[in-house]
Amino acid sequence: MAKTHVTTTINGDLKEFLCEPGDTLLQVLRDELGLTGTKEGCGSGDCGACSVLINDRLVCSCLVLGVETNGDVIETVEGIGDSDKLHVIQEKFLEHAALQCGICTPGLVVSTKALLEENPNPTEEEARYYLAGNLCRCTGYDKIIKAVLDAAETMRESA
Amino acid sequence: MSEAQDFKYIGQRTIRPDGHDKVTGRANYAADLTLPGMIWGKILRSPHAHAVINSIDTSKAEEDPEVFAVMTHADIPNQTASGVQNILAKDKVFYHGHAVAAVAAVTESAAERALGLIEVDYKILKPVMSIDEAISNDSPLLHDDLFTKGMAEDPAVPSNISSRNELSKGDLEVGFAEAEVIVEREFRTATVHQGYIEPHACTVRYDEDGQSMIWCSTQGHFAVRATTASMLGIEQTNLNVIASEIGGGFGGKLPIYLEPVALVLSKKSGRPIKMQMDRNEVFMASGPGSATRNWVKIGAKKDGTITAMKAKLCYEAGWAPGSSPLGPACMTVFTPYDVDHQYVEGYEVVVNKARCAAYRAPGAPQSEYACEMVINELADELGIDPIDLRLKNVAKEGTQTMYGPKLKAVGLVECLEAAKSSEQYKTALKDNQGRGVASGFWFNVGGESSVVINMNEDGTGTIVEGSPDIGGSRASMQMMAAEELQMPVEAFSAIIGDTQNLPYSNPTGGSRTTFATGMAVVEAAADVVSQLKERAAATWNVVPEHVDWKNGAAINTKGEGVLTAAEICGSAAKTGGHISGRGNISARGASPSFAVHLADIEVDPDTGKTTVLRYTAIQDAGKAIHPSYVEGQYQGGSAQGIGWALNEEYVYNEDGRLENPGFLDYRIPLASDLPMIDTIIVEVPNSFHPFGVRGIGETGIIPPLAACGTAVSKAIGIRMSELPMSPPKILKAIHDAS
Ligand code: FES
Ligand code: FES
Repeated sequence: MAKTHVTTTINGDLKEFLCEPGDTLLQVLRDELGLTGTKEGCGSGDCGACSVLINDRLVCSCLVLGVETNGDVIETVEGIGDSDKLHVIQEKFLEHAALQCGICTPGLVVSTKALLEENPNPTEEEARYYLAGNLCRCTGYDKIIKAVLDAAETMRESA
Repeated sequence: MSEAQDFKYIGQRTIRPDGHDKVTGRANYAADLTLPGMIWGKILRSPHAHAVINSIDTSKAEEDPEVFAVMTHADIPNQTASGVQNILAKDKVFYHGHAVAAVAAVTESAAERALGLIEVDYKILKPVMSIDEAISNDSPLLHDDLFTKGMAEDPAVPSNISSRNELSKGDLEVGFAEAEVIVEREFRTATVHQGYIEPHACTVRYDEDGQSMIWCSTQGHFAVRATTASMLGIEQTNLNVIASEIGGGFGGKLPIYLEPVALVLSKKSGRPIKMQMDRNEVFMASGPGSATRNWVKIGAKKDGTITAMKAKLCYEAGWAPGSSPLGPACMTVFTPYDVDHQYVEGYEVVVNKARCAAYRAPGAPQSEYACEMVINELADELGIDPIDLRLKNVAKEGTQTMYGPKLKAVGLVECLEAAKSSEQYKTALKDNQGRGVASGFWFNVGGESSVVINMNEDGTGTIVEGSPDIGGSRASMQMMAAEELQMPVEAFSAIIGDTQNLPYSNPTGGSRTTFATGMAVVEAAADVVSQLKERAAATWNVVPEHVDWKNGAAINTKGEGVLTAAEICGSAAKTGGHISGRGNISARGASPSFAVHLADIEVDPDTGKTTVLRYTAIQDAGKAIHPSYVEGQYQGGSAQGIGWALNEEYVYNEDGRLENPGFLDYRIPLASDLPMIDTIIVEVPNSFHPFGVRGIGETGIIPPLAACGTAVSKAIGIRMSELPMSPPKILKAIHDAS
């Protein structure tokens, strides 16, 4: 099948790739570009493990086709935080023990970043509803929500 | 040990050593490994729940230019290995989604397409989809050679009842004769799934002359090696299994599904193979926890003394006999109660559903749900507070269990008292709100754990353990090594060894890892300490008995001199070679963990929608090594139990096809469905563990079923009995009652 040439910016780097019309962005990231930090839990938009930002908008990368992303600016979990320093969100997830198995964590870190960019001071309920698309089967969400609210506070203080 | 000890590192909330990789996306899970030349495998699954396979024609698929290999059951080298018919069906399919054939092709989509080229001729049979159907006289038989095990007399005819269990103590007749109030009720629970977010996946490479390898997500890589080596007829030494990071298991990643298929495909194609299940395959073909029908009868005196407890349990096994957790279901049902007269009989039936797998405290949530619901009803009948009723009959040190041993020191009294004085228990409820309390009991297991601590030249150590880390257990291993060696936590890294790095270790399951592998770590650390002391003694020319170990250093008690671990390890080459400590143990003394949960739930009478307003989980940890991860287990277990109680269920159509194999329709709790889950850690030390640890991972899923079931019943003023108590069922109950 003829492949399409796509040019994007991913985590600040110019990335070109070839993909088949049916390949999802998730498949491209994981299988073509080796960015396996973005996880697949369902492939149908129901779990949020594949969350990425496209042009600052939070999306499930399993619901986006690779060919659709030409010219887009994409941010994945690998682009969050600096190489020598974790992002506050990542630090707070660790401090609060907000992960057990950790498979949901990359998606949640990305979604939390989107949440706090839209709403730097969310209530517990706002955080819970914003993150309702990110399933976690291990934690019961308690420590995740605490980490998110703590990260929000820390980010507000340093803003 | 039995008294509380003072700890330097244990009990702190350290940052887990694998955390950085997990928040940055660097950690590699099952589907994250790609090998050069790798191709993709996919499985063809039965569209029917019950059918005879007349023939399978793979010729078109084999001719496809993108296809490298095709296999069916006939290609599995050892046809008699245990579990082989679930890997690929032989002559009959037993559930919708049963694996029938597999292909390897150049890409995943090519493999998927090639599955469509395989022609299977089925003779469709009537499916058996429930306990009631399975045991009715005119039910079709799944297996015409299945004769019920455990009957007083061997049955003359086959049936769908695979086994019968019985346990008892005392004399029920005497017990019920003493009773002044008796409550009995039947309960049903639906088929559920563990719901881990990471689908099963593996990457494998078959090597004809050397060592084949499997990279996969599993709770027990040594078990993957044993099963796969047996199915392929190869020696264990020629197969290395590497446990990837694991994205949840809860019992569902104990069984093996893909690995033998992938290895045969790799052998046939000469290429490394990656396989990953889709989410719908995960729901269809892995997991489920048994659906059940359980009946419980309890009698008590007016003062609340329980005199007799009787249960009849019925568990689905899925299609494969022996796959249900009926044994533990019977053993756990009445254990929270110190009552002289108890009796339980249990039956396992086969149905046309996927083979059941363990699910967190396997068997206990369903049976204890039935018991706890009846206890709460009894409390109402007697007009006694449900916590007081439990305290009056509470299991404690010395209580004779139905299944054998007497209990050692346990923390149920402390949990009940903590529940009674908790904030939540004191708050008043409003209209349409109800509160439920329930206890939970799980044994926990010990078993085989192998650990090596390799000391490095700078005095730091690497802990190599054989237990996959599903929830942060590396952090506890670090802390236990630090405590024993009296060195900072950061002086240790902890890794999961491949099957070629260590001797056998039991899987991460049965809440055994922090307990048993922790004991192995302590033993390995003690081994390191004694070697460090010997080296110091040799340096000082004293006997090792004259050397103490304090604050990470050897001290010469017969003269002057202190040598740190770094100094001893740095000069180890000159004192006899480098140092490693070993702890290969078979751990005994895993003590039970009891829990008590409180659930406050509001029901919208117009829609049947439930809202969990408040939740508290209280549980005995023996000693919490890392309190945050102990709380996390309580909270995670609670959330799974809440889902089980209120929403989760497999829905099959009349042909036995699973209609909701996805997260949209099999609805596990979302962040917006739950409140904060308060926790109280009770610590009654386990005298068998050097630091007092009890396993804590599983008990937390047990109490939510009856805590939520009771809360819903109270909120609507109607006794509900069937799980899940989903909005349509609640609404129907409200309508039926009015
Ligand atoms: S993998 Fe995209 S939402 Fe689940
Ligand atoms: S930590 Fe396991 S799914 Fe969230």
